[in-house]
Amino acid sequence: MPTFVRTDKCDGCKGQDKTACMYICPHDLMKLDKDGSETGHAMKAFNQEPEQCWECYSCVKICPQQAIEARHYADIVPLGGSVQPLRGSDSIMWTIKFRNGNIKRFKFPIRTTPEGSIDPYAGKPEADLSKIEESGFFVQSNGYRAGDPSELIAR
Amino acid sequence: MAGEFGNPEVIEEDVDILLIGGGMACCGAGYEIMRWIDAAKGAGTDISVKLVDKAAMDRSGAVAQGLSAINTYIGTEQDPADYARMVSNDLMGITRDDLTYDLGRHVDESVHLFEEWGLPIWKTDENGERHDGSKGLPPLAEGGKPVRSGKWQIMINGESYKWIVAEAAKKALGVDNIEERIFIVKLINDKNDPSRVAGAIGFSTRDHKVVIYKFKACLLAAGGCVNLFRPRSVGEGQGRAWYPVWNAGSTYAMAAEAGAELTLMENRFVPTRFKDGYGPVGAWFLLFKAKATNAYGENYMERNAEMLNDYPPYGQAAVPASCLRNHLMLKEMKEGRGPIYMDTVTALATLRESLSPREVKHLEAEAWEDFLDMCIGQCGIWVGENIEPEKKNSELMPTEPYLLGSHSGCCGIWVSGPTDVGAPTEETEAGVPDHLPSGWNWGYRSMTTVSGLFTAGDGVGASGHKFSSGSHAEGRLCAKSMVKYVMDNQDYQPEFAESVDDLVAEIYQPVKTFLEHKDYTTAIDINPHYITPKMLQFRLQKIMDEYVAGVATYYNTNGHMLDVAEEKLGMLKEDAVKMRANDLHELLRAWENYHRILTAEAHMKHIQFRKESRYPGFYYRTDYNLVDEENWHCFVNSVYDKETKQWTCFKRAHVDLVDKSKLFK
Ligand SMILES: Cc1cc2nc3c(=O)[nH]c(=O)nc-3n(C[C@H](O)[C@H](O)[C@H](O)COP(=O)(O)OP(=O)(O)OC[C@H]3O[C@@H](n4cnc5c(N)ncnc54)[C@H](O)[C@@H]3O)c2cc1C
Ligand code: SF4
Ligand code: SF4
Repeated sequence: MPTFVRTDKCDGCKGQDKTACMYICPHDLMKLDKDGSETGHAMKAFNQEPEQCWECYSCVKICPQQAIEARHYADIVPLGGSVQPLRGSDSIMWTIKFRNGNIKRFKFPIRTTPEGSIDPYAGKPEADLSKIEESGFFVQSNGYRAGDPSELIAR
Repeated sequence: MAGEFGNPEVIEEDVDILLIGGGMACCGAGYEIMRWIDAAKGAGTDISVKLVDKAAMDRSGAVAQGLSAINTYIGTEQDPADYARMVSNDLMGITRDDLTYDLGRHVDESVHLFEEWGLPIWKTDENGERHDGSKGLPPLAEGGKPVRSGKWQIMINGESYKWIVAEAAKKALGVDNIEERIFIVKLINDKNDPSRVAGAIGFSTRDHKVVIYKFKACLLAAGGCVNLFRPRSVGEGQGRAWYPVWNAGSTYAMAAEAGAELTLMENRFVPTRFKDGYGPVGAWFLLFKAKATNAYGENYMERNAEMLNDYPPYGQAAVPASCLRNHLMLKEMKEGRGPIYMDTVTALATLRESLSPREVKHLEAEAWEDFLDMCIGQCGIWVGENIEPEKKNSELMPTEPYLLGSHSGCCGIWVSGPTDVGAPTEETEAGVPDHLPSGWNWGYRSMTTVSGLFTAGDGVGASGHKFSSGSHAEGRLCAKSMVKYVMDNQDYQPEFAESVDDLVAEIYQPVKTFLEHKDYTTAIDINPHYITPKMLQFRLQKIMDEYVAGVATYYNTNGHMLDVAEEKLGMLKEDAVKMRANDLHELLRAWENYHRILTAEAHMKHIQFRKESRYPGFYYRTDYNLVDEENWHCFVNSVYDKETKQWTCFKRAHVDLVDKSKLFK
C-alpha cells in the first residue's frame, strides 16, 4: 500500500528546509519536489519509490496537513478500501473503510505520559563504578531476575 | 566548503564511543551509557559518545510502526533458565545458553522502564478481566499483572513504542550527540593492530558530505537483513516484506569486513504470516486460540504430528520449534492441500460463547489493533478483500527468508558472554583459526572478536528470541562494557589502516561512475558502464531465490545449486563496484545492496558448510536431508578476509549450560 500525497492538502510544510514526511520516513522515500520538475507540482511532497514502501504509516501519522494517505498495493489488493489514522497526543483513531462500503472506527491509547515529558534520570541513582563488571544495570527497577543457581549445570 | 554532488565535504570527528543505529539496541545503550559516563567522569575519565542513524530515531528500525506485544518478559513466575531452554529448543538446540540466560536476567528491567516512560501495558485485574494500558492499574514493577498472550509475551498498546523509547534515549544522550540520516558504510581497522577497530565511515543522505569517525569503541547495532531473497510480491507490493525493508544487513556485512567472527549465518527466519500483508499471527494463535488448517479444514499440526518424531527431541517439546511447524505446513502445500487458513471464524465464535457483549466488542477491537499497531498493511488487505475475521478466514503463507538475530532466528556475530554462568573457556573443536579466542568469554561482555567492536539486538548471533525488550537490554549491557573498555584503554590512540582519501573515493565511487558515464547512452538506466542498485538487487534476489533455498524451490537446495550460487554471487560482488548513484538516495540504495550481497554470501557459505538440514521448514539441503546430531550439533562460525574476499567456515563446540531434558518431561 504505497502512500500518496494529495495535491489539495500538502503545503510542502510551509517551505521549511525539512518537511515532516522527509524527516520521518525510515526508508528515505518521501521527497519534496521543490520546483515541480519531478511531479508537476512544485513545493509538494511525493513518494519517490512506492514499491519500497513498507506501509509503516510513519509519514501518514506525522503529516500536519493530513495530506498523506495510502492506496493499497495495486498488484495485490482490490481497489476501494482505506485505512486512515488520526494520531493525537495520547491516543490514535482509525477509520477503516471496506471495499463494500462498511466502516469501522477504533480508538487506542498510545501513551500514558505527555509527549516530551520523559525525564530519563529523575529519581534514579548514580551509577556505581565499582559495580561496572557485575551483572545488572545502573538502576534496579525491580526487574532483575537473579535466577535459581541450581539450574546452572556447570557453575 | 559545503559539498556538492560528486564532490562531498569531508568531515572527520573524534569520539570515544560511536553508536551505529538508532533502533531498540542503540536506544538502550544510549540510555544506560550516560550514567556510566558520568561515573567515569567522577573518576577522572572524560568519555564522549555519539549516535548515528540512517533514519529518524522516532521511527527507525523494526519497531517503526509500533508493536502490539512485548515478546520477552520473564516475570516473577519463570526463571531465566526456563527462558534459555525455550530459546534453545525453538532454534533446534544450538544456542548460547550463557547469552540467553544473561538476557533473561536483565530484560524485565527494560520493560519496567518502558512502562514508566509511558508505554501502555495491558493488565489483568483481580477479577481476571483484561484492561488496556491506559487504565491506571498498578505498573509491573509494583506487582501489576500483565496480560500474557503466551508464556513469554505481554500485550501492549504499542503504536508509539519506538517514539517513547527514542524520547528517553534522545533526552539521555542529548541532541548534540546524535546525528540522523547518516548511513555508515564501513568500519576501519586500526593501523597498528588489525584485530582492532579504530573508526567508521559513512555519508549523509541529506547533505553532500562524507563523515569519518575515529573512536576507541563502537556499538554496531544496525538490525538484520531483508530483501536478499526475491520477495513473493514483485510489483508495488514488494515493499511489504515481513521484515522492515530498511534493514539491509549492514550489521553483518560491516562486522565481517572488519574481521569479526560470525555465527550461525545459515540460520534464517521464514515466518508464517497472513498472506500478502504478513500480519502477525501470534495473538491469533495464543490469545484467540485459533487453529491453522489446510483447505479441507484439517488441522495439519495434528494430521502431520508424526512428522515431528523425525526430529527428536526438538519436535517433542510442548511447543515444537518454529521451523518444524513450517515443516508440517509445507507438507500440505506441496501435496496440494492449500491454501492454508487461519480459522478466525471458529476462534472468534468460540470466544463469543464465554464472553459478555462488552468483552466481545473489545475482542474485535483487539483483533484489529493487533494489525493496526504493527502491520497496517494487513488491514489494507482485509478492507480491500472485504475480510471481517468473524465472517471469513484468512490465508497464511510462509514468507521469503530473512536474516536476523533477535526474533525467531539467531544468525549474527559471535560475542563475549558473561563469566558467571559456567560457560566454556576452552574450545574442543579443531579447526578454529588461531587468532580467534577460545571459549565463550574473552573479557568484555558483548564484544565481538574484533577489539573495540560491540554488538547487540539483531547483531548478536546464537541467541534469538530477544525481541524488542531484549534488544534494548542487550544494548544496555554493551553500554556498560564499552565504558569499561574505554577506561581500560585510555592511552590507546586509534590510527586508520586505510587512507582517508581512498575511503572517501570508494564511498562516492557510484556517484563518480554515474557522472562519468551517464551521457554515453540515451537511456539513463541502460548503460554498459554501470548497473543501477535496483537491478543489482534483483540479480541478488534471483540468485538467492533460485539456488539458495528461496520460495522458488520450496526452500530446497543442494551442494550443486550452492556451487552455482557461489559463482554467480562472486560475479555479482565484482559488479558491485560498478554500481551507479544518480543522487544521494540512490547512493544509499547502492551501499545497502553491497551490505546485502556480503550478508547473502555469508548465508550461502554457511549453508554450504553445514552438511545437514538443521532447520527443516526454514530450508532443506536435499543432499543431507536430516538433522545429524552426531556430526552437526555444533555452531558453524566464519570469518571473512576483506583482502582476498574469501570466507573461512569452521565448527565450534556446543555445550548446554542449563538442563534441556526438562523440556521433554
Ligand atoms: C515484523 C516484526 C515484528 C516484530 N514484532 C515484535 C513484537 O511483537 N514484540 C517484540 O517484542 N518484538 C518484536 N519484533 C522484534 C524487534 O522489533 C527487534 O528485536 C528489535 O527491533 C531489534 O533491535 P535492533 O536495535 O537490533 O534493530 P532495529 O530496532 O531494527 O534498529 C536498527 C537500526 O539501525 C539503523 N541502521 C540500519 N543500517 C544502518 C547503517 N548502515 N547506518 C546507520 N544506521 C543504520 C536503522 O535505521 C535502525 O535505527 C519484531 C520484529 C519484526 C521485524
Ligand atoms: S508532511 Fe505533509 S504537508 Fe508536509 S510536505 Fe509532507 S505531505 Fe506535504
Ligand atoms: S508509509 Fe512508511 S515507508 Fe512508506 S513512505 Fe511513509 S514513512 Fe516511508
